[in-house]
Amino acid sequence: MQVIRSPKVYDVCIVGSGAGGGTAAKVLTEAGADVVLLEAGPMWDSAKDSAMFAWNYDTPTRGWGGDKKPFGTYDGCLGGWQIDGEPYTIGTGAWRWFRGRMLGGRTHHWGRISLRFGPSDFRRRSIDGLGDDWPITYDEIKPYYDKLDEFVGIFGTNHAKDTGLANEPDGIFQPPPSPRAHELLIKKACDRLKIPVVPSRLSILTRPLNGRPACHYCGQCGRGCATHSNFSSVSVMLAPALRTGKLTIVSGAMAREVTTGPDGLATGISYVDTATSAEHQVRARIVVLAASCCESARLLLNSKSTRFPAGLANSSGVVGKYLTDSTGLSVSGFIPALMDLPRYNSDGVGGMHLYVPWWGDNKALGFPRGYHVELGGGFGMPGYGFLGGIQNFPQSRGGGYGADLKAEYRRYYGAFVGFAGRGEQVAREDCYCEIDPNTVDQWGIPVLRFHHTWSDHERLQAKHMQETFRTIIQEMGGEPTSAMPAREQDYGLAVGGLIIHEAGATRMGSDPKRSVLNAHCQAHDVRNLFVADGGPFVSQADKNLTWTIMALAWRTADYIAEERRKGGL
Amino acid sequence: MTELDRRELLTWIGATAGLSLFTWTNEDVARAAEGVRAARVQATPPQRYTPKFFTAAEYATLVALSDLIIPKDARSGSASEAGAPEFIDLIVAEQPDRQTAMRGGLAWLDTECRRRFDRAFLACADGERRQVLDDIAWPRRARPDMAHGVRFFSTLRDLVAAGFFSSKIGVADLGYLGNRPTVWNGAPPEILARLGIK
Repeated sequence: MQVIRSPKVYDVCIVGSGAGGGTAAKVLTEAGADVVLLEAGPMWDSAKDSAMFAWNYDTPTRGWGGDKKPFGTYDGCLGGWQIDGEPYTIGTGAWRWFRGRMLGGRTHHWGRISLRFGPSDFRRRSIDGLGDDWPITYDEIKPYYDKLDEFVGIFGTNHAKDTGLANEPDGIFQPPPSPRAHELLIKKACDRLKIPVVPSRLSILTRPLNGRPACHYCGQCGRGCATHSNFSSVSVMLAPALRTGKLTIVSGAMAREVTTGPDGLATGISYVDTATSAEHQVRARIVVLAASCCESARLLLNSKSTRFPAGLANSSGVVGKYLTDSTGLSVSGFIPALMDLPRYNSDGVGGMHLYVPWWGDNKALGFPRGYHVELGGGFGMPGYGFLGGIQNFPQSRGGGYGADLKAEYRRYYGAFVGFAGRGEQVAREDCYCEIDPNTVDQWGIPVLRFHHTWSDHERLQAKHMQETFRTIIQEMGGEPTSAMPAREQDYGLAVGGLIIHEAGATRMGSDPKRSVLNAHCQAHDVRNLFVADGGPFVSQADKNLTWTIMALAWRTADYIAEERRKGGL
Repeated sequence: MTELDRRELLTWIGATAGLSLFTWTNEDVARAAEGVRAARVQATPPQRYTPKFFTAAEYATLVALSDLIIPKDARSGSASEAGAPEFIDLIVAEQPDRQTAMRGGLAWLDTECRRRFDRAFLACADGERRQVLDDIAWPRRARPDMAHGVRFFSTLRDLVAAGFFSSKIGVADLGYLGNRPTVWNGAPPEILARLGIK
């Protein structure tokens, strides 16, 4: 089949339409660039496609979504851990890879937890000697966090002065929603334990902003918001980019490789039209990869040529290396005080109203990095899995059937709280992805093979999570619903990738021998090639990635715009 | 993306522009989602459900068991009125890992009833059915030789409860008050007072 070449040469080709790609598209089109955006999945917009206000009983399986919808039928993300025709393989250890395949990517269903990294998060090696420092400081990225706060909208509070948590920087916040009952009960126990509980920082509007109405508190952000009251790349970034008239979106475009010219510069992207399997080439003066951390690494590794035998931008051999995910585990507890609680509508925003930022002093703890705690509970919409295992619930009658059992379910509804720890993995060279020499996907594109293991840094952190969550539950007068996992079970740590915070596979650095990108997320080896997803991260933090992905993408796009003005690109 | 697609996308994105910034009402928000919901609501289920996984006899047993687990009471209807047996049949049809255990569990129950009363579960009198269930419904005090029945019944109880309480009847029974646009004012003061929160 003949390759279909676009006659037009765009200023910029962006691969991927999620948090990073959407941000780059907005900033670059508003700076006057002609941008073509490739998205592997279909078009999707929450105003038309979300399942807001649908009931679980409107589906035959009561919300269970199977492999295609692992977070439930109504989850707003197309894609998943397994995608037909798009395999990946495991070398060492274990890894799970969640991929979004839709316009806007994973921004439709994410938790909107929007935590800026703090000053220490950019210089961990200087603090504890592990991993590497970033080539930029908090002060260099702070203006972009501020832009996001103001443009996207986020609620929260500036608490560092009161809590003394200097690594939780202030932001520009809308007022947070007042807490739910169970969250206040958790806070009461945590106050006694000297564990800080503060308003969460979510990119959900509690006040109207830039033409988007405030939240209506249905608690269903993960389905995609039909009123655009929360952040998604489509609602917030691609909408203004489209209004410039400078953005061309090509959906169903699975990128195969970055094409290069005789001068070693990127010339565009070759991609497969997933509807027709036709091979296309789109040409651009600048290429921005925002395909997600591992997909962007895969693209570079698959862009081999005689000039770049190890893949593009990979003279260092670092592409794919230092892959991390957040550590994660959950503990839930039965709280007798919440039993038989009078009902109220506890939906609120689609996420916690209060959370626990990292408060520990690692120097005193025997493990190097921290975690934050996400709180759960309340009267959720009943669905698949409702109060399973009642025969084992603390203080339960131990099973049975009939009218007494029916009454018992009513008593336990809303009587549980959950604690999910999300922490920092120390980046290591031996956690990586590479091209599997034996396997291709349905379009013939070689797939990734993953190598990922936890070290004692993460295991000991997980042990601390377990002990802390169990202590809080006991302090609330409750009982954990599970036994403490053993060291052999990694203290309950989720398999790498399951927290869906992949980072580091195309990391930044000032030394071209030890990093892929420079401080502008520009490839050391190819000056018109950039990465704008989680790949550039030098380290995770005890915070979610998205706000930093977008701040970096915005900063990178500003740099590209400035270089174009100066004629440098 | 064609120009038409682009316009269409802008239209979707613009759809909420009609919700003026400070005066949106619950009705506005409800309308924004109505089209989506309408498309998703299932047609009224047929009067006689044809099981996808269970045989007719197995399904009849499942219906009887469901209503023993969650019966009609003064507050709400029974598990079968809430569609729990259909839900269980669909889930087991979609989850092959459950199939052998569920089919085998029903067969175990019939075997146990035949051993005790010389007839299958459905042919047993209500008291006979309950006699067997009493031996498998309480894991902590069940006899070891009932272990297979216990395991099956615990799984079935979970499925029946999920099927019942996720139904329209069950949601009303529990008093779940959400899934609607609202103005958030936090937890009611009387609930906070009850929890001793100031």
